[in-house]
Amino acid sequence: MYVAVKGGEQAISRSLELLAEARRGDPAIPELSLDQIREQLRLGVARVMQEGSLYDEELAALAMRQAAGDMLEAIFLLRAYRTTLPRFGYTQPLDTNTMRVRRRVSGTFKDIPGGQVLGPTYDYTQRLLEFGVVAPDPSVQADAPLPDAMPRVLDLLDAEALIERVDAGSDPEPIDLTREPMMFPADRATRLQNLARGDEGFLLSMAYSTQRGYAESHPFAGEIRMGEVDVLICPEELGFAIEIGSITLTECQMINQFHGGNGLPPQFTRGYGLSMGEGERKAMSMALVDRTLRCDELGEPSVAPAQNQEFVLSHSDSVEASGFVQHLKLPHYVDFQAELSLLRTLSQQHVQQHAVEDASTPEASS
Amino acid sequence: MTSNYNFAFLDENTKRMLRRALLKAVAIPGYQVPFGSREMPLPYGWGTGGIQLTAALLGPEDVLKVIDQGADDTTNAVNIRRFFARVAGVATTERTTEASVIQTRHRIPETPLREDQILVFQVPEPEPLRTLEPREAETRTLHALADYGLMHVKLYEDIAQYGHIATSYDYPVLVDGRFLTSPSPIPKFDNPKLDHSPALMLFGAGREKRLYAIPPYTHVESLAFDDHPFEIQRWEQQCELCGSGESYLDEVVTDDRGSRLFVCSDTDYCGQRRTGQAA
Repeated sequence: MYVAVKGGEQAISRSLELLAEARRGDPAIPELSLDQIREQLRLGVARVMQEGSLYDEELAALAMRQAAGDMLEAIFLLRAYRTTLPRFGYTQPLDTNTMRVRRRVSGTFKDIPGGQVLGPTYDYTQRLLEFGVVAPDPSVQADAPLPDAMPRVLDLLDAEALIERVDAGSDPEPIDLTREPMMFPADRATRLQNLARGDEGFLLSMAYSTQRGYAESHPFAGEIRMGEVDVLICPEELGFAIEIGSITLTECQMINQFHGGNGLPPQFTRGYGLSMGEGERKAMSMALVDRTLRCDELGEPSVAPAQNQEFVLSHSDSVEASGFVQHLKLPHYVDFQAELSLLRTLSQQHVQQHAVEDASTPEASS
Repeated sequence: MTSNYNFAFLDENTKRMLRRALLKAVAIPGYQVPFGSREMPLPYGWGTGGIQLTAALLGPEDVLKVIDQGADDTTNAVNIRRFFARVAGVATTERTTEASVIQTRHRIPETPLREDQILVFQVPEPEPLRTLEPREAETRTLHALADYGLMHVKLYEDIAQYGHIATSYDYPVLVDGRFLTSPSPIPKFDNPKLDHSPALMLFGAGREKRLYAIPPYTHVESLAFDDHPFEIQRWEQQCELCGSGESYLDEVVTDDRGSRLFVCSDTDYCGQRRTGQAA
């Protein structure tokens, strides 16, 4: 006799025990410390902070360890924790002109005021696996300090009026997407906020598609810079801005060809990407997608997936996507039963109909 | 109860935001109210909308029941019940009649609900027109104009092709004669329970950031045509455990030779009937 499946509660608690055991691995091997993760897996920490929308290296490292290295799970953990944090205030807009640059490259000019600065990059590593014990590098000393002034490459074009001008303060006050729902059509500030939280892999593919003919983007990497930027807030009781710390950011400004349209003259246009920590792939992808999503504003025909803001913005979030795809493993007995009985009816009808058709055409079978 | 979090996890400002959105939803039956859905510690698609609504509704005196597929003991129902026991410390029950708030996925209990009960649905896709029109900006306009021709044509095409409407769950309803509404993926068997329900029915879609309501005693009509009236699922079998011929049945595969048996999907209803029979 069938006995209704019971014991979900016990099954869950046993599963949690197994998970804890699997996460820890061999107990004879020391557990990773959060410092080790923060110091030696810093690019992973940066991605978790960026897509988790929370700049906290310690918490990101904790999430990575708890998620056993599953980055999307770590991002999810950080987001869920973030929900419970109170808001003390909002920072002033970050000024990336004053960034203490550690890396800065441009694909548009051979030399630029302030120079090209490679900084710590994987770009020229030749990707050979380093077997054996890697000896710790001695600390690196620069021969000369970097120049204080690092004018933005796009500002050089701006002086010649060759690139669209964006006046400071011309953007509308952005909404907070973690507090208010996304509504369509979304303005650029809202779109950028969505892309900033978006999955790196998704944005990378979307950006790639624009280079392969799905939308016309003609991009140049005008400038990519990475370094530290001060964070300022202006507490109401003080009435003036104070610095509360600094964070690492990667900023990408794309320059895109534009032949004019929608009342605008031919000029270069901008695509913008910003990422916490060292997140160059993400910032570049974001900048390409940002520019592509401006098709309506610039009067470009909207034909490609990366130009469709509902398509891009509704599917960019890994926490939403991962949850909904994986919810299919939840029980669907009831709906499946409803579909079963419908399908049985339809298939019965199909058989009967064919029987009638066969009977009415006796010669057809020969 | 975990004291590191506010009662029922969400902070009071978020609950206020949710309650205001819920009041708007009750005032406009069937209208999808956009709300500032929070990122919950459970995955999207697993009941985050329902959980936020329940969190906004619960007081310390409430008694919570959570069901998934009609059953209290399915893993996700257990997990959500554990969550609220942990962050709100409220009493929980498996008895439909004892609960003041019932959170559900995919079913409406067989036992009739009362005026002092609230049913909270978990909704994966709040937009009934979504499979016919993927653009949100467009579907909002269609709702504003009460232009539901797309859905009528879809149902008509079913009839033209199959001889009857081929939608078995998440069967679209018209609420209060105005808004086309998704009843969530309940089987159409449950649709009649939506009409003039004494209990308030609330629907939460966390991932899609929408909530909506069917207030008590609201007219809810399942779409149909005069010559093709709405019909619900029926079984030739009865429940193998309690003998009910009126409840929604789950089909259970009992061996690899095609043997099947049918049992109630509503475990509390089935259990109560069996207890009654034994007495």
